[in-house]
Amino acid sequence: MRGENTLKRALDKYPARVYKNRKSHMLVKDSSCKTQEIAANTRSIPGIISNRGCCFAGCKGVVLGPLKDVVHIVHGPVGCSYYTWGTRRNKARKSINEKNFLQYCFSTDMQESDIVFGGEKKLRNAIKEAVEIFSPEAITISATCPVGLIGDDIHAVAAEAEREYGIKVMAFSCEGYKGVSQSAGHHIANNGLMKNVIGTGKGKKYGSYPINILGEYNIGGDGWEISRVLEKIGYDIVTIMTGDGSYAELKNAHLAGLNLVQCHRSINYIAEMIEKKYGTHWLKVNFLGISSTIQSLKNIALYFGDESLISKTEEVIQEEYGMVKDQLEYYKSRLQGRTAFIFVGGSRAHHYQVLLNDLGIESILAGYEFGHRDDYEGREVIPDIKADADTKNIEELKVEKDKKYFRVTMSPEKLEELKKTIPLSYYGGMLKEMAQGSIVVDDLNHHETEEFIRLLKPDMFFSGIKDKYISQKMGVYSKQLHSYDYSGPYTMFKGAGIFAKDLDMGMYTPAWRFVTPPWKTGPILEAVLFGGEKA
Amino acid sequence: MRQVAIYGKGGIGKSTTTQNLTAGLAEMGKQIMVVGCDPKADSTRLLLGGLAQKTVLDTLREEGEDIELENILRSGYGNIRCVESGGPEPGVGCAGRGIITSISMLESLGAYEDELDYVFYDVLGDVVCGGFAMPIREGKAQEIYIVASGELMALYAANNISKGIRKYAQTGGTRLGGIICNSRKVDGENELLEAFAKELGSQLIYFVPRDNLVQRAEINKKTVIDFAPGENQANEYRGLANAIDKNDMFIIPEPMVQERLEELMMEHGILEM
Repeated sequence: MRGENTLKRALDKYPARVYKNRKSHMLVKDSSCKTQEIAANTRSIPGIISNRGCCFAGCKGVVLGPLKDVVHIVHGPVGCSYYTWGTRRNKARKSINEKNFLQYCFSTDMQESDIVFGGEKKLRNAIKEAVEIFSPEAITISATCPVGLIGDDIHAVAAEAEREYGIKVMAFSCEGYKGVSQSAGHHIANNGLMKNVIGTGKGKKYGSYPINILGEYNIGGDGWEISRVLEKIGYDIVTIMTGDGSYAELKNAHLAGLNLVQCHRSINYIAEMIEKKYGTHWLKVNFLGISSTIQSLKNIALYFGDESLISKTEEVIQEEYGMVKDQLEYYKSRLQGRTAFIFVGGSRAHHYQVLLNDLGIESILAGYEFGHRDDYEGREVIPDIKADADTKNIEELKVEKDKKYFRVTMSPEKLEELKKTIPLSYYGGMLKEMAQGSIVVDDLNHHETEEFIRLLKPDMFFSGIKDKYISQKMGVYSKQLHSYDYSGPYTMFKGAGIFAKDLDMGMYTPAWRFVTPPWKTGPILEAVLFGGEKA
Repeated sequence: MRQVAIYGKGGIGKSTTTQNLTAGLAEMGKQIMVVGCDPKADSTRLLLGGLAQKTVLDTLREEGEDIELENILRSGYGNIRCVESGGPEPGVGCAGRGIITSISMLESLGAYEDELDYVFYDVLGDVVCGGFAMPIREGKAQEIYIVASGELMALYAANNISKGIRKYAQTGGTRLGGIICNSRKVDGENELLEAFAKELGSQLIYFVPRDNLVQRAEINKKTVIDFAPGENQANEYRGLANAIDKNDMFIIPEPMVQERLEELMMEHGILEM
């Protein structure tokens, strides 16, 4: 029953133009086609309940927010700051001599008179107060919608504060209305960090294999688990972008020997710019799922090509996998054969399919909220993506080779040879790895969520806070893969075990299916028709 | 209570016209409130004999939400109640939002008393954003007069303002009452303005001739009626006041396309030169 027909039935209620638009954002995986194109990163249709976030959420909420030693001032009315504070579960802890401000929520709390008379004065005072109380080394200022409308010059205020206090003060024009989703905010944050932070540090003495981890936000402690395993193998982590990351470390990002990219969508701009400016290559990794984790760890070792590193990697893989192997087998026997929808992020919907597959669960529908075509189809389509006005509205930063720090780490021949075996400067996207007949939907909305659940009856639904309850109320187990609800970490080997255990609990205590909602047994609304009859 | 908004190109003489006009109405015994909707806060200067008014927004900013009507409303010539909305310095903040805030504040303070015959809104320049359309939104000002002259840019602005009125006429019930010509002594000005008003579906409600007396009265911080009640120019403003008081032609304007507006100029102005 799956296939084109399912799409048609799910889209049935749409008017012709909406039908045509939404149809272009969907496809059924057909392995016999050499390429399959999907529309992505375009405007959502007005009136449709999209699950996307805004530009501010992408900039401050996703990329900047996790930097722990930075005071993140949100310039705007209080809600934008408050409701993005702590909800994402990007964890952080400080070691000696480090600062951590993530338990604080900073806002300029603009009031009506600040809108009328301009909010720059209030922003200046907020910076002054933050410096006096917390003495941070860096401050970010994120603009909310009204700031863009009234035209407060936050960049001038930042420059002035930087001179006055002698610390780094960065302004981000990430007003919520920019772009089509949070993706625009990722780009703006990437540009700002590249311009102002990366490359400004003097570094320290690093070990033999200094690496950066990009696009890992330490949700539920994911980053900690990744770091633990990588350090055990012998890697020295220069900085992690940006989960449990810090301004102090991020300054030295240019000194790493390799950049690992976990979430491609949110951080590929920095990965590419570092490669151009400093010559550091980037490698696409996926630490979610046993098979992908093993492959990623082997690839990293292959890049450095050191025999002892390669054998140490094997040893750690054996050790770590050994600790969870039985546990995973047990859960797999209980979860095997189930089906899932996975709609999250701009990379996670891809990453988690591997982990689900390891547990014998089939992803029958997958999609991204804010992914671009390259996240679906692979980076080879980038030259074919036509930039629309929404994309052109976001600055495309041009970087040049850094005179002091640019390095050539291997011969072009060796690089080409390596590229044949490992994904260097390349991401293949989600589509290639999906099973024949599975459905891909970009920017899934409320209506389609309900329709697809009715039609395909998945056992579980992985998504975010906005659509979690739709499936839950339909009796289908749901789990947030933005925040992991209250759990995690899910990365590496140990994380896979925790994830499997969480799913097992969800499947074997199907609480929501035991509830018979009142609308299932009778009408819950009473209305009187014009004639006076009861309906 | 008739609520009237005066719009027109910047520098056309809206404030001067409004104050002289309301002075004329006050002479007729009408109870009037003038609300200046311009950040420069100079809409009531002639009625109050100088820039004596503290603006609603300044008061709001300094005293917080807890303000009294007496703080922001002053009586001037002929017991005309004068209010200045005020606003930010040039280049910062949002003056449009300021107007919305201050009109809401006036309402909640009860400035719109029942014995008022007229409320006049003197609005800055063109209808640049939603804030400056506030007086014609939400059923506030029911009638609008546009001050214009025979100059091309003044008519461009008047035509644009008509577009704004048309938009809000559908929802808020506001109507165009006519065009007031504040003469610049352009050739064929009267005919041009009459033709322009007719094209919009409206009328040239009054032609105010140019007179240096207006300048002199302004330097003395007075309206012409106050400064030189016996002079002809004072009678002209009384005539305008009378025309507006008697007016019963309220329409939804039909704005012109650019080409038609230019054609009109050719017919009545430039072509004759």
